[in-house]
Amino acid sequence: MTSSAQPAPHAKFGGAGDSVALPASFQPVSALDYVPRPELEGLQLSRMRAVVQRAYDRVKLFRSRMEERGLTPADMRSLADVAKLPFTVKTDLRDTYPFGLFASPLKEVVRLHASSGTTGKPIVVAYTQADLDVWSSVMVRAFAACGLHEGDVVQNAYGYGLFTGGLGAHYGAEKLGATVIPVSGGNTERQLMVMCDFEVTAICCTPTYFLHLIDRASTMGIDLHKLPLRAGVFGAEPWTQEMRLRIEQESGIKAYDIYGLSEIIGPGVAIECACQDGLHIFGDHFYPEIIDPETQRLLPDGEEGELVLTTLSKQAMPLIRYRTRDITSLIPARCECGRTIRRMRRIGRRSDDMMIIRGVNVFPSQVESVLLAMEGTLPHYQIILTRERGLDQMEVQVEVTAQMFSDTVGALEALQAKLADALDRVLQIRVRVTLVEPRTIERSEGKAKRVIDRRQL
Amino acid sequence: MKITQLSVFAENKPGHIIAPCRLLADAGVDIRALSLADTQSFGILRIIVSDWQKAAKLLEGAGFPVKATEVLAIEVPDRPGGLAQVLLALEGSPINIEYMYAFPFGREQKAVLVFRFDNPDEAIKRLTSAGISLLTRAELQAQ
Repeated sequence: MTSSAQPAPHAKFGGAGDSVALPASFQPVSALDYVPRPELEGLQLSRMRAVVQRAYDRVKLFRSRMEERGLTPADMRSLADVAKLPFTVKTDLRDTYPFGLFASPLKEVVRLHASSGTTGKPIVVAYTQADLDVWSSVMVRAFAACGLHEGDVVQNAYGYGLFTGGLGAHYGAEKLGATVIPVSGGNTERQLMVMCDFEVTAICCTPTYFLHLIDRASTMGIDLHKLPLRAGVFGAEPWTQEMRLRIEQESGIKAYDIYGLSEIIGPGVAIECACQDGLHIFGDHFYPEIIDPETQRLLPDGEEGELVLTTLSKQAMPLIRYRTRDITSLIPARCECGRTIRRMRRIGRRSDDMMIIRGVNVFPSQVESVLLAMEGTLPHYQIILTRERGLDQMEVQVEVTAQMFSDTVGALEALQAKLADALDRVLQIRVRVTLVEPRTIERSEGKAKRVIDRRQL
Repeated sequence: MKITQLSVFAENKPGHIIAPCRLLADAGVDIRALSLADTQSFGILRIIVSDWQKAAKLLEGAGFPVKATEVLAIEVPDRPGGLAQVLLALEGSPINIEYMYAFPFGREQKAVLVFRFDNPDEAIKRLTSAGISLLTRAELQAQ
């Protein structure tokens, strides 16, 4: 198995016929981004075999699915055999909550994170020390791809806590040799003070939060163009080319898209390089496939479908063929930056009803489970998403039922507050609850449209 | 002594009070007294009608959230001190007024105060022992 030992790619560079031209900005930490394709595929296959074996030996759910298909790890002879393997989906994490998919005993697990599940309970993800080392190493490569290096001052405005964004970016930036400011999310004026006073050169946050910072900076009379800030590593939510142009014009920085998800590792699954033309997937640790979300058939390069990822080196919670629900395509051509690892188009939408609000994943089913728990029956409701001054706002309109109705203002306001608090607890974001009259929420063919997204950009 | 009042939920938007009122008007239900409580986003229309069972059935049938609540109606002279006299009878008691509204009544310079108390039975006891008369449903209708 080569999975435990990191190859020394320098030694293997310049092999006959597949030599790689390294750009002037090349940093040694990025070496694995430039491994010749055949070598990368060899590494992927050996790691794929190891991770399938590990999951088969240690994860009951995976083993039983393999057995249902009459498969054993020995059937993994080539990378093409990956297509035979069963998928893993988000509800598997919920159904085995909290530790059912772990492949390491808890004493080897050094970190747990959690993110929202599809209903009330979160999903839990686990890391061994080796997993954390891999995570930091891919984050280092991600930062390097964005042109960051030792000596940069990184303002990490991703939330610290159960959310993987904060700590993922933190350890990566530290390992890169940057000076990390763990300011975490929120408190916009303090963010701007830190940015100005600490001579920040790079920032990590959601792109919409950065738009909010731009907005506030201008009202505070701060000219972002005059600060040393030169790069933003933005992720945790889908964004657009138009948003990038706006950010770059209004702040004078380069805005890079970073991709990741807690189930796989957190941020650091894929990153844009200086070319800003698709995201490089760290293929030595995450094996990408694109499938048709309806038929589940594998799609060829260039065709748009659902991204499926296999964790090639994860110990504590290996996921085989995890359906991300993110819609993208793999780019066939090699990137001009010289990296050999595959690229995908930026994520524009999802194949399920998940919303991303201020970087937090929210499912309508979570809202439903809260309303159901509070009211006993499910009232008609609608989620309305807007963006005010760069910040996402979520309103839940609830049709008042005779059962919920009370004839004092105090009781109805208490109901609104109670619902808002319960949603806040489950979703981890502030929600405005509005009571509306019955049958005022539009229905098409009897079924209410659950989400109205009015966010622009 | 207790009178049944109906409360109807309405959003705080132009035109939202018309629908329940029109429904009652078309069915010949008379609104004897009315008040409107409002917040920024919603309101509660509170009405005392000539036939509350009929009105409740109509409103529910039309999909309005309706609540029937027992309130007390007190007749007072329509002059300064009329309300204060009632409130004085309750002073020092733990009874809380959840809401109240008032309207002029009859031709004899009288007014009716409608109260929702958190403890109506205790309120009745104190008011009657202070010599304050409570209107019955029939008296309210007889106007």
